[in-house]
Amino acid sequence: MSSGRDAAGGAGDTGAGRAVARAIVAGHGDVAAGLVSAVAQITGRGDVFLPLSNRELSADDLERVLRDLVETTGVRVIFTDLPAGSCTIAARRLLRGRPDLVLVTGANVAALLDFVFHGEHQLPDEQAAGHAADKGRASVLVVAGSAAPAAGGMPDRSRGGGDAH
Amino acid sequence: MPIEIHRIDDRLIHGQVVVGWGQPLGIGLLVMVDDDVAASEWEQELYRMGVPPEMDVRFESVADAVRHYPDHTADPRRGMLITGDIETMERLVAGLASGTIREVNLGGVHHRAGRSQRMRYVFLTPDEELALRGMAGRGVSIVARDVPSARPVPLADVLAGRGEG
Repeated sequence: MSSGRDAAGGAGDTGAGRAVARAIVAGHGDVAAGLVSAVAQITGRGDVFLPLSNRELSADDLERVLRDLVETTGVRVIFTDLPAGSCTIAARRLLRGRPDLVLVTGANVAALLDFVFHGEHQLPDEQAAGHAADKGRASVLVVAGSAAPAAGGMPDRSRGGGDAH
Repeated sequence: MPIEIHRIDDRLIHGQVVVGWGQPLGIGLLVMVDDDVAASEWEQELYRMGVPPEMDVRFESVADAVRHYPDHTADPRRGMLITGDIETMERLVAGLASGTIREVNLGGVHHRAGRSQRMRYVFLTPDEELALRGMAGRGVSIVARDVPSARPVPLADVLAGRGEG
């Protein structure tokens, strides 16, 4: 699912009429669907999230779609991709006067995975959202390359893969 | 320094504006012209949080924008001026001396009741079409272009439905 216009009825519905979604993931292009797809591939729990794209939606339409999703599903957590993005602006409009809602912006796969595993049956969703934000933030790392090891420093895998089986 | 781009975008501050255009053009000053936002501290705070710290944002009514336009162009930073609708840009163009604004970027005028689609991201009412023609008649070049990598589409092609041919 990539279009905001068909957002309601997405991954959060089990097909048996029982909505299990706990959060909305909203973002540019197909990023929300991609993030949820990654969660589904890793955990099989894509149903925790409702993906929503802002593609071709005006600010008013995006806010309306997001509001409808919140009201029809009862989810209280919204993840967005970009702090400066229109999804974040729309979500922040929803948060006004709604202290029960929580927004996490700058979401990534690590954050969503953490929300899946540290929320259900452990923390209320709004606390799980904070935990997920910490996890997502900590997952962004810079890893520098290193010099090639000296001769003999690595196993020779050129003759059939060494000891890897 | 002249304002680099005058854009009509109903999402106002969002990813395409701040990142898509702001980064490659090196925008340091963003002038949002919107009577409603200029009158609301809450709206201003909402949009201000979407702007990176290296970018200064000013919120102005049309009347203030006309009055302060020379100050904006005298600012040493590269500037972007944005309105949320065609009517506001038309009022701004009419309030300034002829030739002050030479080009207007149609960046996003999305679906709404009464509008008909001209491009993927441009929908117009008959009155909006007239307003665009009016600005063009004053010598303003109207070009549809959502992101810098997109082909600029002249108004005549937009109105003729040739924008994405």
